[in-house]
Amino acid sequence: MTALLEVSHLRKTYGATTAVDGVSFSLPPGGALGLVGESGSGKTTTARMLVGLERPDSGTIRVLGEAPAATLRGRTARLARAKAVQMVFQDPYLSLDGRLTVGSTLDGVLRLHGCHDRATRASRVRELLAQVGLGEREAAALPRHLSGGQRQRAAIARALAVEPAVLVLDEAVSALDVSVQAQVLNVLTDIRREAGIGLVFVSHDLAVVRYVCDEALVLLRGRPVEHRPIADLLDDPGHPYTRLLLDSVPRPGWDPETIARRRREVHLAGQGDRFLREL
Amino acid sequence: MTLLEIDALTVELPGAARPVLDAVTLRLAAGEVVGLVGESGSGKSVTARSALGLLPARARVTGRVLVEGRDLVGADAARLREVRTGVASMVFQDPRAGINPVRRIGDFLTEPLRLTKGWSRREAEARALELLAAVGLPDPPRHLRQYPHQLSGGMLQRVMIAGALAGEPRLLLCDEPTTALDVSTQAEILALLGGLQRARGLGMLLITHDIELAAASCDRVYVMYAGRIVEQAPAAELFGSPRHPYTRGLLGSTPPLTGPLERLRPVPGAPMSLAESAPGCAFAARCTFAEPGRCDHSAPELLPLTAAPDRSAACFRVAELPNPAVTEARP
Ligand SMILES: Nc1ncnc2c1ncn2[C@@H]1O[C@H](COP(=O)(O)OP(=O)(O)OP(=O)(O)O)[C@@H](O)[C@H]1O
Ligand code: SF4
Ligand SMILES: [Mg+2]
Repeated sequence: MTALLEVSHLRKTYGATTAVDGVSFSLPPGGALGLVGESGSGKTTTARMLVGLERPDSGTIRVLGEAPAATLRGRTARLARAKAVQMVFQDPYLSLDGRLTVGSTLDGVLRLHGCHDRATRASRVRELLAQVGLGEREAAALPRHLSGGQRQRAAIARALAVEPAVLVLDEAVSALDVSVQAQVLNVLTDIRREAGIGLVFVSHDLAVVRYVCDEALVLLRGRPVEHRPIADLLDDPGHPYTRLLLDSVPRPGWDPETIARRRREVHLAGQGDRFLREL
Repeated sequence: MTLLEIDALTVELPGAARPVLDAVTLRLAAGEVVGLVGESGSGKSVTARSALGLLPARARVTGRVLVEGRDLVGADAARLREVRTGVASMVFQDPRAGINPVRRIGDFLTEPLRLTKGWSRREAEARALELLAAVGLPDPPRHLRQYPHQLSGGMLQRVMIAGALAGEPRLLLCDEPTTALDVSTQAEILALLGGLQRARGLGMLLITHDIELAAASCDRVYVMYAGRIVEQAPAAELFGSPRHPYTRGLLGSTPPLTGPLERLRPVPGAPMSLAESAPGCAFAARCTFAEPGRCDHSAPELLPLTAAPDRSAACFRVAELPNPAVTEARP
């Protein structure tokens, strides 16, 4: 079966900073990969390269077995590629138009992507909203009149409207209250199972990654340090940095003092000096 | 004398359909770490700020907020100053928002000391150096001359904590002190706060929306929903066997890091905004146990549980509800 995404050796630098270096992975249909790491570890840069918001300095991204974007010729091919990978941001306002009702936003996206029959669009809008647990009332509402969780689900519906192969979610549930976050997490696991949509899920929350993803890729200063099935990774972290991230998650019997000490050791052992300055 | 005693505090804003705080009652003893959890808009910050006598402008306020016995509701400026400069202080969520970006760290720390205590620059600077060392920053003399943008988020939160310690408070109010930070930085800041709390015997109110963090760091936890305290229990018990349907809902919505992975059971709907109100229990519209005719007439009071008098819950049905399944699913 063709992989949804085939990513190899991505590298991106900004001036003297190496934001991402050596990220490779393959995402099978319906697969879900978590990108994990601290802020500044390169998660968002990687996500943005996947959807074409940033150009890698080197490395390739193959979508559905097609040629890498850089070599695509013609508007149609590039548009197909842009459709295939959709991004959901932490801030849902980045994908919704504040002046339009959620229903009209979705309708507009469908029209733009070549659905010219009004009745077909209307029924597709209902379908999309139902998929993320929203109904008539939310369709008729402006984004600011929805709760945070409803807004984020509307943003996901918008991304789904173009029938993408892959959704890239960058901390898309982090700002939500847990009771509402859980609603969105269930929507994500459903679209994966039912529609075979692949997910690249950026999150700092390991428990959430465990719930949503099969695999996780841990980034430290832009470099992958570990890439394994999430269950194995949590059972027996192979890299001291992964272990540190895992131990940092609060739980009963938790000892923040030990974690603080280990954090210093990991970062002192590392070749980077950013952390030395931070300590 | 109890360090902090909030007694039936009700705060109403003009134009809102329900009170921002509705008969909030909370106690915190010297040396105790108390958690306050709940979702966005539930009133956690308003509650914490009340302990500094900071209440929303134009609000109608009833009830009492006693800090070491002094009531801050309607208190005059002198009493408020006394509490804010010597008894209680606050650490906020986002250090970048709380520290003036164009002033040096040294100014941030020394100015309040010079203004409130009338200290000289030399005295205030000597104290600032001590404080920066106490929060574990590596090079206090250099930090005094630095600007906020030269420090990482974790370091800046240490500076904020140093500032909160300047008046030698006995009560530290921490409002989501680590929400803006990475998980491993969060651990460092909590290690620091825990160390300071024990060494100085501080009473600490830790506000967080992270129920696991509260369970791991607090002695006792209060859960808030829509401006009311709905449950109070020792941390370990709250986590192991939540009694209020909302607390159960929070735990059922939190994916576990270990143990079996079942489908999450989200609480349906969304938290109640200030524009909404309910005649009975504020949680009724989202509650799987709600009983028409019983839950929708009056609001349940926060009462001790018969089976466990050190715990309390505000739910008409708490005594008859089955023990929650989350208990077995969790270590
Ligand atoms: N000064 C104010 N004037 C008007 N409304 C206010 C004021 N302060 C708070 N509120 C409102 O009171 C409610 C409770 O707010 P509060 O900040 O205490 O919530 P919170 O539990 O701290 O939420 P979060 O988790 O988002 O920080 C909210 O609806 C908020 O918008
Ligand atoms: S009082 Fe009724 S509605 Fe409120 S939490 Fe208890 S059972 Fe649910
Ligand atoms: Mg708050």
